[in-house]
Amino acid sequence: MSEQTVAPADADLEDEIIDEGSWLKESITPILTFCALLMLWEIATAYFKIPGWLLPAPSAIAVAFVDWWSDLWVHTLVTLYETLVGFALSIVLAVPLAVAVVYSPILRKSIYPILLAMQSVPKVAIAPLLALWIGFGALPKILVVFLVCFFPIIVATATGLASVPTPVMDLIRSLSANQLQTFIKIRFPTAMPHIFVGLKIAITFAVIGAVIGEFVGSESGLGYLILVSSSQAKTPVAFAALLLLTVMSIVLYYAIELIERISVPWAVRT
Amino acid sequence: MSSPLRNFSVVPAEPTPNESTSKSKASGVRDKIKVEGLHKTYLTRTGRTVALQNVDLTIGDDEFIALVGPSGCGKSTLLRLISALIKPSKGKILMDGVPITGPSHDVGIVFQQAVLLPWRNVLDNVLLPAEILGLDMKAARERAHQLLELVGLAGFETRNPHELSGGMQQRAAICRALIHNPSVLLMDEPFAALDAFTREELGFELLRIWSVEKKTIIFVTHNISEAILLSDRVVAMSPRPGRISEILEVDLPRPRTLDMEFTQQFKTYSDRIRAVIGH
Repeated sequence: MSEQTVAPADADLEDEIIDEGSWLKESITPILTFCALLMLWEIATAYFKIPGWLLPAPSAIAVAFVDWWSDLWVHTLVTLYETLVGFALSIVLAVPLAVAVVYSPILRKSIYPILLAMQSVPKVAIAPLLALWIGFGALPKILVVFLVCFFPIIVATATGLASVPTPVMDLIRSLSANQLQTFIKIRFPTAMPHIFVGLKIAITFAVIGAVIGEFVGSESGLGYLILVSSSQAKTPVAFAALLLLTVMSIVLYYAIELIERISVPWAVRT
Repeated sequence: MSSPLRNFSVVPAEPTPNESTSKSKASGVRDKIKVEGLHKTYLTRTGRTVALQNVDLTIGDDEFIALVGPSGCGKSTLLRLISALIKPSKGKILMDGVPITGPSHDVGIVFQQAVLLPWRNVLDNVLLPAEILGLDMKAARERAHQLLELVGLAGFETRNPHELSGGMQQRAAICRALIHNPSVLLMDEPFAALDAFTREELGFELLRIWSVEKKTIIFVTHNISEAILLSDRVVAMSPRPGRISEILEVDLPRPRTLDMEFTQQFKTYSDRIRAVIGH
């Protein structure tokens, strides 16, 4: 709120401290817990003499990280590339299609129900088919990513575009605004927060999609690396790749959130 | 707000520059809006619903009309018909003697919710109609500042809507409705979502704005006291089917004050309205 009452600085005022919590304060407990779990893991693998190919100790994973760094990096870039291209492709196609669906009653009645039904198709299961049709290389992986991202984005965008409150529509209609004005000034900004919800769901799916695509058949990428290194009992490398995938997922998610904070500040406010 | 609450005799030192010169000063001299034999019905699977039945109403220039009645009496429907957001099932509405066919730019609307766009600051929200209507933005900006000053929001131009209280948001919404200087202001329960104190304050605020910016105001409310206190005439409506049961001339002097509510005359009015709307 804009108005804040400032009471005179009385010495006998006993202010109740409202702890809003700093980022550090909030993070310290989970970080410590995580470190404790890592140590427990390290000790357990040594104590129970668990073989490294079965469950490597955190230290072994760290060593694998250092030894395999250049390979890990190359494969990371491949997976990142597939993820980002597939994700971008789904935005480029899903958003305009959502606009078309919202504006065209015919499309809304014909295509949209089919799209919604197709959402239930396990896209992961299509990956072998894509490999069959398109072969190996980056394209089938990009298409798997595209498929898993497309539906959350189109649904979120269509929902957002249709979510303009009735009084706002009345206001706009009372001013005889044309379709373009309505879209630019009202519909699209209204849809933006919804679109970002879709994007954030999609980006987490996107990494999974890329890995699935790589599992089915490829010669590069972190998914491929996990497959190959675990089959060769180089489990620490598989773990290192897994960790990189996790980091990639998290970084991409927060990148989207950062873009959201910048482009739709009104939606992020609490 | 530091503005005096009890006395609203604030009159502008100079007329607003945008004020149309052709407009007559005396209210009720000219018919601004004429509603003739208006019906609005809806056909649903369960049958026909009569939202509004045979409504006749003549509203003078610069008159302040309150439409009052319980839910379902068709008061909001009547307002939406006048704003041409919906079409009548029968009958017609004339504005300045011309039948209305679509939304008129000579009308400003205020809804129960302020519905300010969260991605625009206060000033840009007020300017929205000017942008859509393609008005001269320099002049519009100037007028926006004047209006915001008039409603006590000077200094809040660059604030975002969420930083404003409900009452302040509704003040901004009033500015938005007035930005293109319409001669008719339609208000659909504009203060219903506000707390009692803010509601009272904004009612008088509206009268003060009305004394500066002469408009024909149609004010929908379910609050009988509010209707009497603000308006020149109260149109009392009854439900099932929605119709006008009585039109009451409010003969209270202006500027109106809060203590008028405790006069015998005021009580007579409110008793009468309560009786005719069957509440």
